[in-house]
Amino acid sequence: METAFFLLFAGIAALSALMVVVARNPVHSALSLMVCFIQIAALFVLLGSPFLAVIQIFVYVGAVMVLFLFVIMMLDVRKDVHVRFRTSGVPALTVLILLGGEMLVLLLSSEHIPALSTAGEGAAGSVKELSLTLFADYLLPFEIASVVLLVALIGAVVLARREAE
Amino acid sequence: MVPLSWYLALGASLFVIGAAGVLLRRNVLVVLMSLELMLNSVNINLVAFSRFLENLEGQIFTIFVITVTACEVAVALAILVTVVRNKATLEVDEIAIMKG
Repeated sequence: METAFFLLFAGIAALSALMVVVARNPVHSALSLMVCFIQIAALFVLLGSPFLAVIQIFVYVGAVMVLFLFVIMMLDVRKDVHVRFRTSGVPALTVLILLGGEMLVLLLSSEHIPALSTAGEGAAGSVKELSLTLFADYLLPFEIASVVLLVALIGAVVLARREAE
Repeated sequence: MVPLSWYLALGASLFVIGAAGVLLRRNVLVVLMSLELMLNSVNINLVAFSRFLENLEGQIFTIFVITVTACEVAVALAILVTVVRNKATLEVDEIAIMKG
C-alpha cells in the first residue's frame, strides 16, 4: 500500500518537474511546480514527518508560489515565450549527464544504503520531539534564521521600491 | 516499507531535472523555479535520511533550508522586478549589467 502511494506521488512529482522545465508559458511552469510541491508534501507524510508536510504546503505552495505568480502577472512575460532553451546547450547537457550518471553510480554501488533500508522501521519522532530538538539544541541557528528573514524582508522592500523622483 | 534508495533516486532525478532547467532555460523566472525544485529535492533526501537513521536533525535542517529558500525567493524576485524595470528583459543572457 505504502509502495503504491510512493510510486503515485513520485511519478506525479517527476512528471510535473519535467513540465516545469519544458513548459512554454511561465504560468504553466509555476502551476506544475505547485503540483510538484504538493506531491513532495505528501511524500513527507509518508516519511512520518507531518509537521514538515504542513510547513511545505504553507511556505512553498502558500507563500513562494503566490509570490512567483504575482511577479509573473506583474511583468510582461509574453515576449520570451518563443524560444525556450538557450542555444549552446551541449556543455550543459554534458554536465547534466555526468551529474545524473554519477548520482546513479553512487546510489547503486553503495553498501550502506541497503543496510539502512532495513534498519529504520520505527517512527522518526513526533512534533514534540522535533520542537524540543529545535528549541534546545538548535536555538542559536533558529534565532539567526529569524534575523535572516528580517533582513530579507527589509531587503526585498528596499529593492522593489520605486526611486523617488 | 519503501526502501531508502527509492527516495534517494527520486531526489536525484528531481535534482537533475532542476539543474537542467537552471542550465538550459532562458527565462529567468523559470530558472528561479528550477532552483526551488533543486532545493526541494535536497529536502526529500534530508527527510528520508532523518527517517531511516531515526535522527531528527535531518528535519531540523529541512526547516532551515525552507527558511533560507523563502528569503532567497523574496530577494531574488525583488531584484528581478528592479532589473526588468530598468532593462525590460527576462532573458538570462541579456542580464549582464555587471559584466559577469
